[in-house]
Amino acid sequence: MTLDCDVVVVGAGIVGAACALRLAERGEAVVVVDRASPAGGATAAGMGHIVVMDGSEAQLDLTVSSRALWREHVGSMPDAVEYDPCGTLWIATDEEELATAEVKREVLRARGVEADLLTAAAVAEAEPGLCGGLAGGLRVPGDAVVYQPGATRWLLQRAVQAGAQLRPPVAVERVGDGRVALRDGTTLRARHVVVAAGGQTAALLETRALDDAIRPRKGHLAITSRAPGTCRHQLVELGYGRSAHGHAAESVAFNLQPRRTGQVLVGSSRQYGATDASVEPGVLGRMLRRAVALMPALAHLLIVRTWAGFRPATSDGLPLVGPLPHDPTVVLAAGHEGLGITTSMGTAALVEAIIHGAPSSVALAPFAPARAMAGGVGA
Amino acid sequence: MKRERTEVLVVGGGPAGLAAAEAAAGAGRSVMLLDDNPRLGGQLWRADVRDAQSPHGREVDGRRRRLAAAGVVVRMATTVIDAEAPTRLWAHCADELLHLHADRVVLASGARELLLPFPGWTRPGVFGVGGLQALVKAGLDVDGRRVVVAGTGPLLLAVASALRRKGAKIVHVLEQTSRARLARFGLGLWRTPSKLTQGLSLMLRGGALPLRAGAWPCEAHGDPTLRRVTVTDARGSTSTIECDLLACGFGLVPQTRLARLLSCEVDDGVVVDALQRTSVPNVFAAGELCGIGGHEKALVEGQIAGLAAAGQLRSARALAGSRRRALAFARRLARDFALRDALRRLVTDDTIVCRCEDVPWSHVRDHTDARHTKLTTRCGMGPCQGRVCQPALAYLLGHGPDRPRPPLRPVPLGVLAELRTTIEGTAR
Repeated sequence: MTLDCDVVVVGAGIVGAACALRLAERGEAVVVVDRASPAGGATAAGMGHIVVMDGSEAQLDLTVSSRALWREHVGSMPDAVEYDPCGTLWIATDEEELATAEVKREVLRARGVEADLLTAAAVAEAEPGLCGGLAGGLRVPGDAVVYQPGATRWLLQRAVQAGAQLRPPVAVERVGDGRVALRDGTTLRARHVVVAAGGQTAALLETRALDDAIRPRKGHLAITSRAPGTCRHQLVELGYGRSAHGHAAESVAFNLQPRRTGQVLVGSSRQYGATDASVEPGVLGRMLRRAVALMPALAHLLIVRTWAGFRPATSDGLPLVGPLPHDPTVVLAAGHEGLGITTSMGTAALVEAIIHGAPSSVALAPFAPARAMAGGVGA
Repeated sequence: MKRERTEVLVVGGGPAGLAAAEAAAGAGRSVMLLDDNPRLGGQLWRADVRDAQSPHGREVDGRRRRLAAAGVVVRMATTVIDAEAPTRLWAHCADELLHLHADRVVLASGARELLLPFPGWTRPGVFGVGGLQALVKAGLDVDGRRVVVAGTGPLLLAVASALRRKGAKIVHVLEQTSRARLARFGLGLWRTPSKLTQGLSLMLRGGALPLRAGAWPCEAHGDPTLRRVTVTDARGSTSTIECDLLACGFGLVPQTRLARLLSCEVDDGVVVDALQRTSVPNVFAAGELCGIGGHEKALVEGQIAGLAAAGQLRSARALAGSRRRALAFARRLARDFALRDALRRLVTDDTIVCRCEDVPWSHVRDHTDARHTKLTTRCGMGPCQGRVCQPALAYLLGHGPDRPRPPLRPVPLGVLAELRTTIEGTAR
């Protein structure tokens, strides 16, 4: 049987783009397919953070290694990526959260990640728009923000320069046994198929065992008109972890990002069970009230646009990265929830290690899809 | 968040909205009318409202008195920004968030000017036709200024006449439609006897304005303020005219964002039946947003919508004849002032198409859908949220409209933070 290429990457979001680049640079013949134009799904709907997160050991491993990979590219990124090394400032609203910040600092420092505790006065000086009465904060200066549609296009352009082929938008019907069946009737054959289709991943597979593994977790965002200098760091409340890692049906948490345009991106909300992407006024209002509570200076800024999208969430907060147990031609790279921009680079490194049987600096086992399969492996 | 309740809510205070509010109030309903501008009258009438002695000023003044007498609550400078349900709208007024709950809603949000990009169209001194008219009414002095009015449609002549009354020297009125089509339109006017068409008819026949049919501007020159305009025609011959101001308007496009937010069916305008009912129950639409046809169509549609929203279906149906005549006029407008293809080819690679984000034509011309264009180029992502460039790109590239997202107009974050749902267990 002749192959059309070495690897088909299904999904032209940021994870698929990073995988395509990594594999093409390694000399693989790569074809990228997506039902829509690049970065059109969860990638575009979200924020563009490159952050270290410590929700679990494995998450810390992946975010630390991914952030390091992003930073290797700093000098070579075009303006369109809008890479901004603004760092993250975690806000402690009370003594309990400050204690959390201290623990977090130790965890990060143990991994060689720079992190500084800030007093309440230092937080106020670093971000004058924040409210008074805060307990302090934790600054992670190595974190950054990108304009993620721009970053995705840049990764794809480089992948194409390295020999990858980006197909015009075409829906993918089915993936399995080294084949990708497209809606236009053609079937691509490859040694490996990397499925980086976010929340659509399970539906493309022949097995039904992963149908509940990735759940849509809706989020709302709002963006202001241009108001440069409103915030200087990505700002996140330490309570964000409760929202991100908890399993409440609905929660909001303070998260701001300064954009290169001078605009401020305002988040965040998390909801399970929502199925349509319309902006829900009740959730939006709650999210914005939280934002104004922590940063009163925002109240006067104009909101020009709001939107909602879906994070592809797994139950343990870790992406599914690895081969399907019963069909090792299919390698998943999906379910990154809200960390796809950060972990795209690290995911691509994992995928490369898996496909080439090479050693990986990040342990592969915690990401193996088998853990999320209903009824056990191979069901 | 302040809550208000009314039986009929009319969105828009132009001819259609005014007629709808009066009709519904006359049928005994409680009515609220809101408009995002500080003054009633809509785009067409508002221009003259400051002058209470002008015909339109008197018209609007009379209507305002009648609405007040009928107990209609009129809220000006109030903008609908989001909807909880088709009859539950949020509006923004003076940094306050209002929750408006109605039994029936009449949409009368009118139209906006279509501005087509061409080299130099962003220079100081180049305006939209309606924009320049509004500025002049607000005090911009045009006395002795040389003005070229260009684009298409009856509005060009009306605005040129108004500018001349303010002392402007009208160098040219450039009408892109051909002389033959213009003549056909002029001949058809006898079928539509009214003040508007009588006036137009006089202007067309009298040749009082330096009207040139079948010609259009292809470049505006200056340093950077406008100095000259290059004009071309179907034969490709060009000439250059010295002028101080250029007012352009390539017709009107229905303002359907609110209707689309409420999930009303939209094609060339909001789709309505003979009683002005949209595809969404309890939501009516009237006037330019259902299709461009001028103020007489707006008045009769508004009256029908107001009566129908008040449950007076028999009275509403009695106006079917007037509505039919108004729609026939609208069809003639659309036919005789259809934009010629050459206007699609005025843009050059470096012509700015999105003024908010400085996006040139070369960045957008190969994109096939509005959303991808936005993500890739930031076109339409600025403060106007595509209100100017989206209709132009719809014409130039055939882009469908992107899904409208709240807020429909930029609102202070502190106001939007007051959003609270009033219906349990529903998303929208």
